[in-house]
Amino acid sequence: MRTPLELADARPGPAFTVTLDGREIEALPGQTVAAALWSAGITSWRGTRGEDRPRGVFCGIGVCFDCLVTLNDRPNQRACLAPLHPGDAIRTQRGTGHDD
Amino acid sequence: MTDRCPGRDAPHLAVIGAGPAGLAAALAAAARGVRVTLLDAEPEAGGQFYRQPAAALRARRPQALHHQWRTFARLRHGLARHIAAGRVRHAREHHVWFAERAPDGGFTVHALTGPGRGDPAEVRADAVLLATGGHETVLPFPGWTLPGVVTAGGAQAMLKAGLVTSGNTAVVAGTGPLLLPVATGLAAAGVDVRALVESADPGALPRQARALAAQPGKLAEGALYAGQLLRHRVRVLTRHTVVEAHGTERLEAVTVAALDAGGRTRPGTARRIACATLAVGHGMLPHTDLADALGCRLAGPAVHADDEQRTDVPGVWAAGECTGVGGAALSLAEGHIAGRSAAARLLGAPPGPDAWPEAARTRARLRAFSAVLDAVYTPPPGWGERVTDATVVCRCEEVTAGAIRASVRELGAGDVRTVKLLTRAGMGWCQGRMCAPAVAGLAGCAFTPSRRPFARPVPLGVLARAGEDAGGDGGRAEDQGEGDGRAAGAGG
Ligand SMILES: Cc1cc2nc3c(=O)[nH]c(=O)nc-3n(C[C@H](O)[C@@H](O)[C@H](O)COP(=O)(O)OP(=O)(O)OC[C@H]3O[C@@H](n4cnc5c(N)ncnc54)[C@H](O)[C@@H]3O)c2cc1C
Ligand code: FES
Repeated sequence: MRTPLELADARPGPAFTVTLDGREIEALPGQTVAAALWSAGITSWRGTRGEDRPRGVFCGIGVCFDCLVTLNDRPNQRACLAPLHPGDAIRTQRGTGHDD
Repeated sequence: MTDRCPGRDAPHLAVIGAGPAGLAAALAAAARGVRVTLLDAEPEAGGQFYRQPAAALRARRPQALHHQWRTFARLRHGLARHIAAGRVRHAREHHVWFAERAPDGGFTVHALTGPGRGDPAEVRADAVLLATGGHETVLPFPGWTLPGVVTAGGAQAMLKAGLVTSGNTAVVAGTGPLLLPVATGLAAAGVDVRALVESADPGALPRQARALAAQPGKLAEGALYAGQLLRHRVRVLTRHTVVEAHGTERLEAVTVAALDAGGRTRPGTARRIACATLAVGHGMLPHTDLADALGCRLAGPAVHADDEQRTDVPGVWAAGECTGVGGAALSLAEGHIAGRSAAARLLGAPPGPDAWPEAARTRARLRAFSAVLDAVYTPPPGWGERVTDATVVCRCEEVTAGAIRASVRELGAGDVRTVKLLTRAGMGWCQGRMCAPAVAGLAGCAFTPSRRPFARPVPLGVLARAGEDAGGDGGRAEDQGEGDGRAAGAGG
């Protein structure tokens, strides 16, 4: 089956490692947090403040704030906009991101 | 015409947004001797239509995800040429949160940049051209907050910029012309698109529209999509709607059903389709925050612009989908006119009434076409009745349809503002950008764009400093007690 990377004939540099709640996942240079998590088969990384319901990408362009994540101890980063670097520590976020 | 190289004293235009409209505007103005700063939140120029893969992904064939690539190649080449000649500065990854008139009569554009968008950057300019585009609206239905349910444009943006999809199966649903490129894009990228569910009946496009569409561009575009849908064996269900999205921790399937003329689902037509992604959209809304902050008049949900694409505030132009949603080709035409008008007026040579006949004709034709599309691609009839009381409508504050209905029925709320105050719908992080049309619809009120003091959340420290510099109070800020001390600016 054809992948989007094949379709666009993308030849990124070597993948690097980041962590999600301590677990290692691979990311490609140029990917945002959201893109790397999707590639790893992960679709939710936040629990809502009220009902602790799972959320992930919704608008994909930085408008909806559903994809909030804690990146290198900075809470409330929009995963769909935040670029990734080797060794970055992503943490799933519950509630306001300040109480976990 | 020969390009003039503007000196330091050449007038300076700040173009906000580097999509089709902003690119066309920047090129038109720069070619006529104006110094341009082109600001955009994204790392690459292109906007939504020409969204580019991240540079580090090193895509050798980005055009495989695009239509009208040659137009973009031309724009990109023009931009590079103007940048090299010092006529244009491209301020990448600049999130503009506010623009205001400066005491000297020019304008100050306030942006945030740097890692985590914490560094303030200011641009002083003689005039401002707003080309901020819009964002998609999605009307709620049970299950629409499940991970895996994304906006149609969002699925497209993740695909074009990140070269990723979520899972291998998808349903594309809602209404409007955007669903076609999204379905064909996902299919080309290897996703099994199990259905394209369109609530309208495009067969109802009046004959007049076919005539309007019988212009080489539009006709070819339509045929192209139809051919691609066939080739990828995408089932097209018109006058159907998604009734519910199923799953517990993430999307597993959707139920779709046929709609009758009255907007009710036809008994016996419901079917369940397993899918990892539901890409859903019900049209677009213009970004109006910056225009509003500058005091520009709005016309309905969009920024008002005259024949020259001027707003009613002297020195402020607007072009593209912030002035009304009509597709990339219309944005290009409007951007070109806006850039020329701005250049002419900044250089002290006001244009005559028929200064750019060809661009004006293109604009008129595309606007007429888009008006016809608008009349066909309306929100799915009866959508409100299918929203159960338990369905979350405001995704940020988790306000249910039941709470919104109760605020009207039991507490007597008669307008969106009161519904908001009673329920907190639209008062979270996204400031109602996602739920405002749905809240208005469920409350039985007319939709009007919310007033937000800032286009982006702003760190309080930046806000305080900007206020001191401007000698004013920098606008109204409200710390939401959430996040890292950012003022998202309470609407209302
Ligand atoms: C997510 C999404 C995906 C889409 N995909 C397609 C598609 O695949 N095919 C199609 O035909 N149409 C698509 N559209 C429709 C699209 O709107 C086009 O018609 C076209 O891109 C409009 O051009 P524009 O220049 O008016 O605005 P846009 O292309 O939206 O460009 C606006 C630019 O302004 C920038 N901007 C906005 N606000 C700010 C700010 N405050 N600070 C800094 N920068 C800012 C944005 O980053 C963007 O680059 C999509 C729309 C959306 C919302
Ligand atoms: S997905 Fe909407 S802000 Fe990231």
